[in-house]
Order: sequence, then C-alpha cells, then structure tokens
Amino acid sequence: MSDLTQSFVELVRRAATDLPVDVEAALRDARAREDSGSAAEGALGTILENVAIARENATPICQDTGVPIFYVRHPVGRSTQQLRRQMEEAVAQATERSYLRPNAVDAVTGRNSGNNLGEGFPTFHFDEWDSDALQVDLLLKGGGSENVGAQYKLPHTGTGTVSFSAGRDLDGVRKVVLDAVYRAQGKGCAPGVLGVAIGADRGGGYVHAKEQLFRPLGDVNPEPELAELERTLLQEANELDIGPMGFGGQTTLFGVKVGAYHRLPACYFVSIAYNCWALRRSTLRVEGEEVSFR
Amino acid sequence: MSTHHLNIPISEKSIRSLKVGDTVYLSGVVVTGRDAAHKYMVETFIRSSEVPEDERELYADLKRLLGGGVIYHCGPVVRRLPSAEGEGRWAFVAAGPTTSIREEVYEPEVIEHFGLRGVVGKGGMGANTLRACQEQGAVYFHAVGGAASLIADAVREVAAVHKKEAFGVPEAFWVVRVEDFPVVVTMDSHGRSIHDEVEAASSAALERLVSS
Repeated sequence: MSDLTQSFVELVRRAATDLPVDVEAALRDARAREDSGSAAEGALGTILENVAIARENATPICQDTGVPIFYVRHPVGRSTQQLRRQMEEAVAQATERSYLRPNAVDAVTGRNSGNNLGEGFPTFHFDEWDSDALQVDLLLKGGGSENVGAQYKLPHTGTGTVSFSAGRDLDGVRKVVLDAVYRAQGKGCAPGVLGVAIGADRGGGYVHAKEQLFRPLGDVNPEPELAELERTLLQEANELDIGPMGFGGQTTLFGVKVGAYHRLPACYFVSIAYNCWALRRSTLRVEGEEVSFR
Repeated sequence: MSTHHLNIPISEKSIRSLKVGDTVYLSGVVVTGRDAAHKYMVETFIRSSEVPEDERELYADLKRLLGGGVIYHCGPVVRRLPSAEGEGRWAFVAAGPTTSIREEVYEPEVIEHFGLRGVVGKGGMGANTLRACQEQGAVYFHAVGGAASLIADAVREVAAVHKKEAFGVPEAFWVVRVEDFPVVVTMDSHGRSIHDEVEAASSAALERLVSS
C-alpha cells in the first residue's frame, strides 16, 4: 500500500481553502434573492469575495478551520491503524503550512497542542465496505456552528420565548428543528446547512447528522417522507427571516438534509448538526494507484 | 443606512453619528482579543487591587491602544514572513471574527476601563454591552463571519503580539494595522440592536410555525 500522507495534505488543503461547487452556487443564488443594498446582500457579497480570495491565495476560507472529521470507507483488509497515522501526519503538516489553525486544546490544562493532534482529535470514523476503492470524506467543522448544534428528546415541551409541544412524530421533529434554527439566530454563521438525524442513541445521532452534510445540496432524499420534511423545513426556516449573519433577510438556511436510524422504543432523539455557510467538505478516492479528489 | 470610513482612534462624536445598519470601513490599529484575553484583562487589570509588576508594560500598551480604539474578537491563522535574519515578522493568513457573546460577562468592564469606541466580532452581544455602548459612546461592529481571507487582506501589518506563549496563537493579543476593514454596525450607541430586533421578529414567526 502506498503512503497517502501527501494526498491527505492535499485533501485538507482543498477542504480548507476552497468551497464545493454546489455550496458556492447556492450562496450566489442567495445573494441574488436579497434586497439590493441590504446588510444581508452585503454580507453575502463579502462571503463570495472572500471565497474567491481564499481559492486564489490557497488560504483558509475561515480562520476557524474547525475540527477535522474524517469518514473513511476502506476495502476489506486495509489497515485502519496505518491510515489513521497517515491522516494524523497530514493534519500536522497542513497545520505547519497554515492551511489549518492549531485548534486542539487540552480540556484539562487548556494548552493548545499546536499541531491539531490530541486525545480524540481529529475525529475518525472507519467503515469497511465491499468496494476495492478507498474513500475518505473530510469535513472541517468550525466551532461557532458546532456550538449551535442541538439534540432534542421527543416528546419535547418548548419553554423558551416561544412555548410549544412537539410529539414523537415527524411533525414533532419539524418543530424542534425550527426551534434550533431560531435559537441559533445568526450565531452559527448563517446562512447555514442542517444535517439532522432522527433516532439512534445520543452519540450515534450526532455522527449520522454530520454524515448528512456530505450529501449534495441538490439531491432528493430517497425516502419520500423525509424528502417532504426537508422541503418543508427549508422553506419554514427561511420564513424566520434571520438571514445572513442574523442581519435579517431571505436566506437563513440553504440546505436541510435528514437521515433516520432505528431507535430504542423509549428514546426518540433528534440530533441537529448546524453547519455555517462555509460548508467545507472534500472527498478523496483511491482506486488502484489512482488518487482523485472532488 | 449609510457608509462611513473611520480612522482609529475614533472620536465619541463619530461613534455617536453611527446607526444600526451602517456599513463602516475601519483603518488604523486594532487589537485582537478573545476568551483568554478578556478573562486576563478583567482579572489582572480591572478587578485586581494592583497590577502585578511584570504585567505593567503590557497594561500600559493596552491602555494606549484601546483608548478610543477597537478590540477585535478574532483568533487568526498566522505565518512567519521569511527574512534574511531567519524568522521574520508575522503575517495574518486568515482572520475572521469569532462569536462575541462569550465575552458578554467581561466586555462592559473592558469598554469602560479602557475607553473602547468599538468592539468587532460576530453574532452580537447582550444587554450589558449595549448599555455600556450607550453610556461610554461605543458601538458593536459586526464583521462577516468566516470572511477570513478577505479580512486578512485588510490587515496590512502585524505590529506586535502579546501573550502568544501563554494563551496560544488564536487567543493572543495581536496588534495589527488594518486598512478598510469592512464591518456593519449592529449595536449602536443609542440603544438599538439589530440582534434584538431580528430575534423578536423571528420569535413571532416561530410562534406561528410551531403552534397547534
């Protein structure tokens, strides 16, 4: 097996310094929808200008390069230990080259490790699959949007500024997701994209919610009920008029992706991963000796 | 909504002329400071009976820079510029704002103690900071969250860094000269906050969507 360290550095560079085509297109559409001369239109203009500068200079789109989350799908027999070491080395090298900000802080001492490596940092998920190809999806998820993520347990009674009750069904899911978007206001760097997972245990719910963020913005959920929920949520979240940066405006979210896992009879979790407008995802595939990125 | 170009230090008169929704291009010296920096300033300078001997030089520097000045909630990505003598000066690579509300417990005291005219960050701040802005003649400037490369381009020079070893790169005090740093006034010195207004409107919309 060839050493993939430099390919992983390239994967990190791409994720940190360029935005996926579908995300940039959605931001352009969002700008076109805002009132001319509004703060919302100005913010989206600045965002798009920033993306162009970052791509041109190969500098990070956002200084909070987040926690690198690697989802690895590997052929039978591939050593995950070896892959992990190469990805860790790549993360350290990418930090050295300023593609990443040193973000790993010792939770006990408060010390920053300086190279983005630490206990449980970065995050890795490994899955063996039937294909001979190796696929590594990377998400760089910033702290501001991570902070506004939320997990609800249905039934739920909303007791904040707005009181409501959400039952153990898809309408209950709809209500708590809207509540989370309202609570986030502009603090997660709106306009955002939501990854939502229904079911699972608490830990598995968040992992699955983040997996949803890899889906292309234009895809349609194969599960008709979830597809309908995604459409409704996107439309209703935008009726909140929170807008880019929370300045007020047409686009609060530009994507909602919902997945469902089986749940325990006693538990009904709704896990919501909020991603900022800078949805930094990138994919590496290795087939034979050929390495490709998208 | 109007557009202004302001040089730092900023006079109280200029600050009082700003209204929520105004776009401002800032030029001059800005100091970055986020969680560790705010905690440190309040504990070491403001709430302590005496500033420790070895912290006095930094205290004097900060007083000079922040009087009439601007603090920026930012944890940058930086790099060393190459120089003939080996390691040279620093440059900002990416420098967007971080979430400001975490500093709400400290900011009013910092505004008052140092005579700040502006706080730059994202997400807005709370009632106590809004009150301090009214009383002291200061505003909250919202930078575009995530616009890190664009803002780094507006940083023309890194003049100094303090507490880099103790706080780490993102949390240090970086003293930088900016040119035409684009921001929007979202909390003014007359008691208005876009954040409060948007929250109230969205709360009414949420009520409609989740009732039944």
